This record gives sequence, C-alpha cells and structure tokens, in this order.
Amino acid sequence: MPGMPFSGYVLLSAVLFVAGLVGVLVRRSPLAALMSIELMWGAATLLFVAASRHLAAMGGHVFAFLIVVVGAAEAAIGLALIVLIFRGRDGADVDEVRSLRG
Amino acid sequence: MSWVVAAATVMTLAGAAGVLRARIPVHAVLALVLNLVGLAALFIALDAEFMGLIQVIVYAGAVMVLFLFVISLLSARNTPLERRPSLLAGQEPLGVAVGALLVAALAGAIFGQPLPEPASIYPGFGTVKAFGAALFYEHVFVLQLAALLLFLAAVGVVVLLGRRGPGR
Repeated sequence: MPGMPFSGYVLLSAVLFVAGLVGVLVRRSPLAALMSIELMWGAATLLFVAASRHLAAMGGHVFAFLIVVVGAAEAAIGLALIVLIFRGRDGADVDEVRSLRG
Repeated sequence: MSWVVAAATVMTLAGAAGVLRARIPVHAVLALVLNLVGLAALFIALDAEFMGLIQVIVYAGAVMVLFLFVISLLSARNTPLERRPSLLAGQEPLGVAVGALLVAALAGAIFGQPLPEPASIYPGFGTVKAFGAALFYEHVFVLQLAALLLFLAAVGVVVLLGRRGPGR
C-alpha cells in the first residue's frame, strides 16, 4: 500500500532535491554543502523507489541501491578532501579556499 | 494518505529544513539522520523493505558516523564554522529564490503531464529475495562496477590522506 499517490512522492522528491540544491548554493561550510548533497541523493533514491513500486519493476530498487553505494563513496572522498583542505586551519568556510593546487 | 506516510513525509521535510538552517555541524548531522530515517519509513511504505533497511544501516548508520568522526576531527565546538558575511552579496536570498523557481517549474512539469498507469505488484515484491534475484540475475555487471567504484574510493581516500608530508 503506497499510502500516497505517485505524484505526491514525485513532488516530495522534487522538494527534497531542491532543498539540497539550495543548501549547496547558500551554505558556505563545506560540511553543510556535503550534507546537502546527501539530501539530493536521498531525493533521487526516493524517486527511484516510488517509480519502481508504481511500475512494479525491481530495476528501480537496484538503481536505488547503486545510488546508496555511490553516495557512500562520495561521502568518503568528500570528507577526505575536507580534512585535507582544513587541516591546520581554524575556520572552515569555502570562501577562504581560493586555490586547489596540490 | 496513511498517518505513517504523513509522519514520514513531515520527518523528511523537517530534516531537510534542519540541515539548511543548522549553524552547528553536529545539529546538521542529527537533522540529516532524521531525514534519512523518514526516507527509510517511506521506502518500507512503498514495499521496498530491503531498501529501507539498507537506508537505515548504511546511510543513517555508517555514513553519518563517518560525518561525526570528521566533525570531531575538525571542529568539535559549539561555534558555527561559517564566516559572516559572505563574499557574494545577497547569496542567501538569491539561492532561496532560485530554489523556489525550480520547485515551481518542477511542480508544473509533474502535474502538467499524465503519469504512467500503475501496475499491480506481485507477491514478494521488494523483499531481499526479489532484490537479490534482480541484482544477481539481471544486473551482475552493474554490481561489479559498483564494487570497483567502492574499491577506487577506498584507494582514493588512502592516497589523499595517507601521504607523509615533511615534519610528520
């Protein structure tokens, strides 16, 4: 029993995705930006699972599982980069990072 | 709309708002956990019980603990990380305006065209058995690519953080 019409899930997914996008645009803490990207992953996963239920096809679940895998890999790499950039600095504001030379 | 789905929807939206508004990183992580647990409840309501369990174990568990470790490594304190004001004038109103426009456009696209007809699900849909059959019978190559991706991510983290600089 889906509990809510399919268009409701699609709209909720769109709202969550845009919330994550606004977080990436507005927040200047790199940790908050990474968490906003996680919000966008979650919205995409919700859309795949809802569409999978709507169309009775298990392929959407497999793709949602892949999104979880890619999200975990992205979190690991992103957090490593954040540690690298802000090691030895006091603040953590993306406005302070002007160069990406290694 | 059943009350479970309504409560889970409110949880996801409140968690997203908490991530956007929290100034202290630990609070943002807790709001994100709220969002992810709400999503897991929605998955289970959508007959995707295995995806709901994965969401709780992998995301709300492992990935969020990774976030908390990095926060405790970088800045375990009660002060916000961001410097005020921003270098770009009017960053927050501009971002919110872009988001509102995008939500309006997406809602118009969603309700402006007919959605596909629903199909009736078969018994056992979304269980571990059905998921495993779909993953290992139909999408084995995708699974191998995912394994390669995870391996590359682990190697990448070691390459990024494992270098020994001078003086260490």
